[in-house]
Amino acid sequence: MALLDVRDLRTSFFLDRGEARAVDGVSFALDAGRVLGLVGESGCGKSVTALSLMRLVPPPGRIASGEVRLDGRDLLQLDERAMQEVRGAQLAMIFQEPMTSLNPVFTIGSQIAEAIRLHRSVSRREAWARAVELLSEVGIPEPGRRARDYPHQLSGGMRQRVMIAMAISCEPRVLLADEPTTALDVTIQAEILDLLRALRERRGMALLLITHDLGVVAQQADEVAIMYAGRIVEHGSVFDIFDRPLHPYTQALFRSIPGIGGRRERLEAIPGQVPDLLSLPSGCTFRDRCPRVVPECATIVPPFEEKATGHRAACIRV
Amino acid sequence: MTGSPLVEVRDLRKFYPVRGGLFARGRAQVRAVDGVSLAIAAGETLGLVGESGCGKSTLGRTMLRLVEPTSGDVRFAGRSLLALGARELRALRREMQIVFQDPYGSLNPRMRVASIVGEGLAIHGLGTRAERRRRVAELLELVGLPAEAAGRYPHEFSGGQRQRIGIARALAVGPRFVVADEAVSALDVSIQAQILNLLQDLRERLGLTMLFIAHDLRVIEHLSDRVAVMYLGKIVELASRDEIYRNPRHPYTRALLSAVPVPDPRQRNERMLLGGDVPSPIRPPSGCAFHPRCPHAEEVCRTVAPTLETGRGGHAVACHVFPADTPGKE
Repeated sequence: MALLDVRDLRTSFFLDRGEARAVDGVSFALDAGRVLGLVGESGCGKSVTALSLMRLVPPPGRIASGEVRLDGRDLLQLDERAMQEVRGAQLAMIFQEPMTSLNPVFTIGSQIAEAIRLHRSVSRREAWARAVELLSEVGIPEPGRRARDYPHQLSGGMRQRVMIAMAISCEPRVLLADEPTTALDVTIQAEILDLLRALRERRGMALLLITHDLGVVAQQADEVAIMYAGRIVEHGSVFDIFDRPLHPYTQALFRSIPGIGGRRERLEAIPGQVPDLLSLPSGCTFRDRCPRVVPECATIVPPFEEKATGHRAACIRV
Repeated sequence: MTGSPLVEVRDLRKFYPVRGGLFARGRAQVRAVDGVSLAIAAGETLGLVGESGCGKSTLGRTMLRLVEPTSGDVRFAGRSLLALGARELRALRREMQIVFQDPYGSLNPRMRVASIVGEGLAIHGLGTRAERRRRVAELLELVGLPAEAAGRYPHEFSGGQRQRIGIARALAVGPRFVVADEAVSALDVSIQAQILNLLQDLRERLGLTMLFIAHDLRVIEHLSDRVAVMYLGKIVELASRDEIYRNPRHPYTRALLSAVPVPDPRQRNERMLLGGDVPSPIRPPSGCAFHPRCPHAEEVCRTVAPTLETGRGGHAVACHVFPADTPGKE
């Protein structure tokens, strides 16, 4: 049994203009110590997927149906009190912009200590000592002194380390990282990614790494799921996805990024726009941007099926 | 570099005063641009890369005199920009335009696209009203927007389309030199490719000279003829694109390149990690500003600031340990 097993998850936002199906039947499984890269462009539903797993979808969004099984237990069936115990202790999340996730009026040490005391019955003194240990583990120099700093006194990279320290403070089984390095400079990004890898190996944590950067995915992920307009359109091992991408959207993504597959005079851009969830095309939602479209694509919702061993895609042309 | 420079920057400096804490005397300064010299040939694209806070945007704006430099000179087609009065400067603005990063914040939400794109024409008194309307239609077509876009407002467009509007606005007055400041950074990858292709096409069709500012090394490689690498207000390396990417010399350039995640799961590389954060430009380190993070730093690096020396093939480096490759020098 997988550590985390997500089945047919559906989350919608109910707007004046209609229902936006941000997550529209997403299924995947994640084992301990493994990394799943969830890749897609803005609005594809990758962040809402993570928020749904945490049951933190903001209104007017709502989880409509599905199962989120952690060690066999469906988190969507828990009452809010039980879910609060899961959050942080078993399932934790880090966000793209660490400044907005930290409280500006408390020291970082006290914020981490508080997170620990929410889940563990330890004294203030013990929680503080543990916070300093965690700051040291995530590579913050002079952790004892830094613990007394306020968030604004730290650089962006250091704040992200603090967020990671807080997220791992109760030794979660699964860490959800939503674009954890997107706001950071490339040299700092490299350090944070190395840190995440080291923590995972040391603690056997599973990691759901949400990103739009195929370079980050290639370096970090064991498996990759590509999302488009609320659905996973392709899922396979990182080698499947990079060696033999099957879905036309995945293939187009690779061709549109400079520096993949050698230097080219011109990029092959994907025509059109990232779709509006309120006015999606019928059938396959990628069809109006797809170079391999045929008339049937307008009528058939492509089933997400295995095209090769362990390599699934949702396309009737593959 | 080929041909004579269209834009030339000499020992340019831009310092901002910092109002410190309660007891500060207001003496501190941010050395955003700290002695930059470079030249861009007509028709050339110079890529300017560096991490946040390195001064690359300030350099781009100072080169257009959107920001007044503290000292130094900027020459456009041989004329010093700093010697110009307000009226002459305004006339010269037709030749030099900028495309900003944020396609949301840089367009006036209360103006229709036709007014946004045509504003420069109106300010410079170019053409009659009817001629301006025709020119706006031409520009919209040039950047790949439908003609009816003219009557709509910015919020009706996606990020990529807004960036097209920003480009049309910049091109309206027929500039020869365009500064693109992180012009594709806020866009999704599939849209980023569209805008990169558009910039490439326009550059060829209109013979534009460009300063292309970005933090993404893959984007810089794709679009630039030459590349300048900036760290704490200074250019640390400047060379042809191939030299920078295949034969980088400065340890900072090498660290930047090795930090870019390779999009190939079979090449999980050991990266050259720098450690530490970028120091404050208010109190840059002594000597070479990179020395506290440099794995190769020697004694001299702590005390003497290296100058940007040009070596073989125009490859310029500011480093004591890996100096420019000069013929006849061992």
